[in-house]
Amino acid sequence: MDDIILKTEDVGVIYDRSIVALENVSLNVPTGKLTAILGPSGCGKTTLLKVIAGLIEPSSGTVKIRDKETIGPGPDRALVFQDFALLPWATVLQNVAFGLRAQGVSKREREKTSLTYIKEVGLSGFEDKYPHQLSGGMRQRTGLARALTVNSEILLMDEPFSAVDEQMRRKLQEDLLELLKIENKTVIFVTHSIEEAVYLADQVVILSGRPGSIAEIVYPEIDRLGEIDLIRRQPRYVELVDEIWSSLKSYVE
Amino acid sequence: MGWMTLLPPLSGIWFAFAELLEQTAFWEAFAMTARTFGIGLGLSILVGIPVGVLMGISTRADKILSIWVNLFISAPITAVIPALMPIFGIADATVIATVILFSIWVVIIDTQAGITHVKDSLVEMGRNFGCSRWKIIIWIVIPAALPEIITGVRLSVVRAVKGVIVGQIVIALIGFGGLFNTYLSYFLMERFWALIIVVFVMSFTIIGLVELLERRIAFYARTR
Repeated sequence: MDDIILKTEDVGVIYDRSIVALENVSLNVPTGKLTAILGPSGCGKTTLLKVIAGLIEPSSGTVKIRDKETIGPGPDRALVFQDFALLPWATVLQNVAFGLRAQGVSKREREKTSLTYIKEVGLSGFEDKYPHQLSGGMRQRTGLARALTVNSEILLMDEPFSAVDEQMRRKLQEDLLELLKIENKTVIFVTHSIEEAVYLADQVVILSGRPGSIAEIVYPEIDRLGEIDLIRRQPRYVELVDEIWSSLKSYVE
Repeated sequence: MGWMTLLPPLSGIWFAFAELLEQTAFWEAFAMTARTFGIGLGLSILVGIPVGVLMGISTRADKILSIWVNLFISAPITAVIPALMPIFGIADATVIATVILFSIWVVIIDTQAGITHVKDSLVEMGRNFGCSRWKIIIWIVIPAALPEIITGVRLSVVRAVKGVIVGQIVIALIGFGGLFNTYLSYFLMERFWALIIVVFVMSFTIIGLVELLERRIAFYARTR
């Protein structure tokens, strides 16, 4: 059995005293692996991610990191946002350095670290551009670089590629896999795309909607060591996408 | 008395304007107007922005204050000025109070609107990276609301210009209001119109300057 870095135990979230968004979610996240949380819109997958991030306090249950209960956000978890959440008045460099600035790292130090990650996500030359001067893909690369600078063990991604077009999404997915070969991170990834989940994840957690609870966990076991552009041609990939779709179908009206 | 008396030719107004600039009474009135306008508007902005921020981040503050703000923003403030005179006296303070009553509400409302419309994800981003509540407000929420805040300031400048003139005219004894009153009572219509033009030019200049500032900040409003 893999080493478990993070787990949720019987997490439940109730909004406005009566709307149950999540119910009894117990989930193990193995260290250094990519876990995808997959489900139809409104199934509570983003809520689950925010509970893990410490942004939403669960109504019941706990989130544990290395068997220690956590409350609130912490430097061990960095979030990548669906809408990028970049400061429009700040340059790429300032945006990427934001997390370090919040931690009180000196300007010289944080710019040095930020430049390394800007290069790593392929944004060299755009350091002084503002978000409105960038394409959607580049904005998300900025958001990713910002999450990487703080060097947290766990990377949380909330539908990070859903706001960019299909070609850019594929490119970003490939680049993410390449990046994870260098950076040793545990990734928890929310998506509504079955293809994306199977393509990227070691563990696919399927949530059923209203109230959101774990319906099934699938382990793709796809070989990602070779050429990543060949993943989508593997028979295992095609099979899994079909399999997950047939089990998800029942939760979609 | 014909039209020529009430609406003198422009050349006459021009001469009156030149005369006006030589009068100490004009410069005293000008200084008084500038002073009360500056202090009143300054206080409106300095108090209005924090109050708007408070109402934007605290539902309790919003519940307590929004009734009053919405009442005063639409109320005919001019009617209140006579009541201010016995409190503040026939001096700068009454005019300053008028300027504030004219201009503060729009700063508060626009600031609050800006703050409440800051995207949740930006605040969550701040929390995620461990910012304190205070840092989130200073580093994220206020800058993100800046386009709306500046719009509020621009609108409050327009209202403050109205306030400073209306206040003086209702009091009718001090500043430009006193001059207007004197010129009208003695039928010095050239000077009256010259003064009107001075007031108009002043307002346009001030508002133009604020719009310039607004344009420098508006560029990032598009990407939010």
